[in-house]
Amino acid sequence: MCLAIPGKVLEIETNNEGVRMGRANFGGIVKQVCLEYTPDVVRGDYVLVHVGFALSKVDEEEAARTYQLLADMKQLGELDVPDHPAPAALEEPHEIP
Amino acid sequence: MKFLDEYRSEPLAKKILEEIRRTVTRPWVLMEVCGGQTHSIVKYGIDRLLPETVELVHGPGCPVCVTSLEMIDKAHAIARQPDVIFCSFGDMLRVPGSEADLLVLKSRGADIRIVYSPIDCLKIARENPDKKVVFFAIGFETTAPANAMSVWQARQQGIKNFSILVSHVLVPPAMAAILQSPLNRVQGFLGPGHVCTVMGYSEYEPIASRFHVPIVITGFEPLDLLQGTLMTLRQLEEGRAIVENQYPRVVKREGNRVAQELVNKVFEVCDRKWRGVGSIPQSGYRLRPELRDYDAESLFNVEGITTAESTICISGLVLRGVKKPHDCPAFGKQCTPDHPLGATMVSAEGACAAYYAYGRHLQLKHEAVTAAAAPA
Repeated sequence: MCLAIPGKVLEIETNNEGVRMGRANFGGIVKQVCLEYTPDVVRGDYVLVHVGFALSKVDEEEAARTYQLLADMKQLGELDVPDHPAPAALEEPHEIP
Repeated sequence: MKFLDEYRSEPLAKKILEEIRRTVTRPWVLMEVCGGQTHSIVKYGIDRLLPETVELVHGPGCPVCVTSLEMIDKAHAIARQPDVIFCSFGDMLRVPGSEADLLVLKSRGADIRIVYSPIDCLKIARENPDKKVVFFAIGFETTAPANAMSVWQARQQGIKNFSILVSHVLVPPAMAAILQSPLNRVQGFLGPGHVCTVMGYSEYEPIASRFHVPIVITGFEPLDLLQGTLMTLRQLEEGRAIVENQYPRVVKREGNRVAQELVNKVFEVCDRKWRGVGSIPQSGYRLRPELRDYDAESLFNVEGITTAESTICISGLVLRGVKKPHDCPAFGKQCTPDHPLGATMVSAEGACAAYYAYGRHLQLKHEAVTAAAAPA
């Protein structure tokens, strides 16, 4: 019921009733979307749409950051590497600032 | 589709699962609040990929499921009237009332129409000035801005033959009710990502601190759900209990202020009865008194309808995370999506319906047969 999907805004217009509307592309399907709740959205932005209403602009930077965070997560092969330095490493001389 | 497909990557899912296995040292019970999340979890089998010590229980966040039987019967009483065009989201059509469902009423001649958006009802109202157009306004906070706009625009445009039957529900009071129950098992929440797109998540912070329970606002794709689970488990393992946001690509702490403003102009908070759970104080929206002309419940005089629920059904316990669908003796037998006995089987997002749709009742049968056939 709370299903909402991201679509790319193709055009924006104010209709006869004075409502800010637009058309958005959802993976090839183009539908009318009400943009009253996303006044800052411009053509080319992605919006999250629920029952014909854009509820939020999709933040592309945050999307990239989340994805990168996941992609950077340790690989399976790295799991045996301990988080703390090995004893041998501790014995090595290191500079004191 | 961009912003969906990349969050379904199998290699990344495996990495997060590995990280979850490294993180968990003890058994934990988490609840995903939203029915959309439940559906994704069962569809992708995410609950079965997690370590056995991590249990996901399924929350009350399916508005179709929790709409009270009284309200369904009120909808049917209105929809039966000859001068009414009754409009609804498609998923309400098969929800059984005491006597029939909306599809059956349609087959008997009632003018019942499925709309994609409540705003479509205004066009129907303009085109049918001699009819009364009623929209069944159900939903959580996610849907409130759309329903609020339909009433607001009706007033702006002077449309007099439109009203809404309001059965709106709110998430935070339901979470508090779950945590206050003596039967509660939930230790951490995957919070409702799209509800928070509208409302933000500051209202979850007092719940996290009062009940010392981590709440991670989480999206709906498999990687979102796995990352939300990992973030919740990390908090539990470290003894922290705060609100975190796994879904910052659409959720901001303050939510959508423009939408909240119109919702508050149109609706006010009220007590609401939840199917399977009972009445929860301050857990719903109703129209503000100055918008009474758009309130179908008072226009059509459908007060005083009372109903009785099935006595076998345990949906109330499922909705609160106390029981699982297969704990119910009726699951997949007397109770199926075609003949649901209670809340959690009536919509695809209900936990019982999701378990049924993805064949878990068949797997249970198979396991039972295998166990019976195994040598003692």
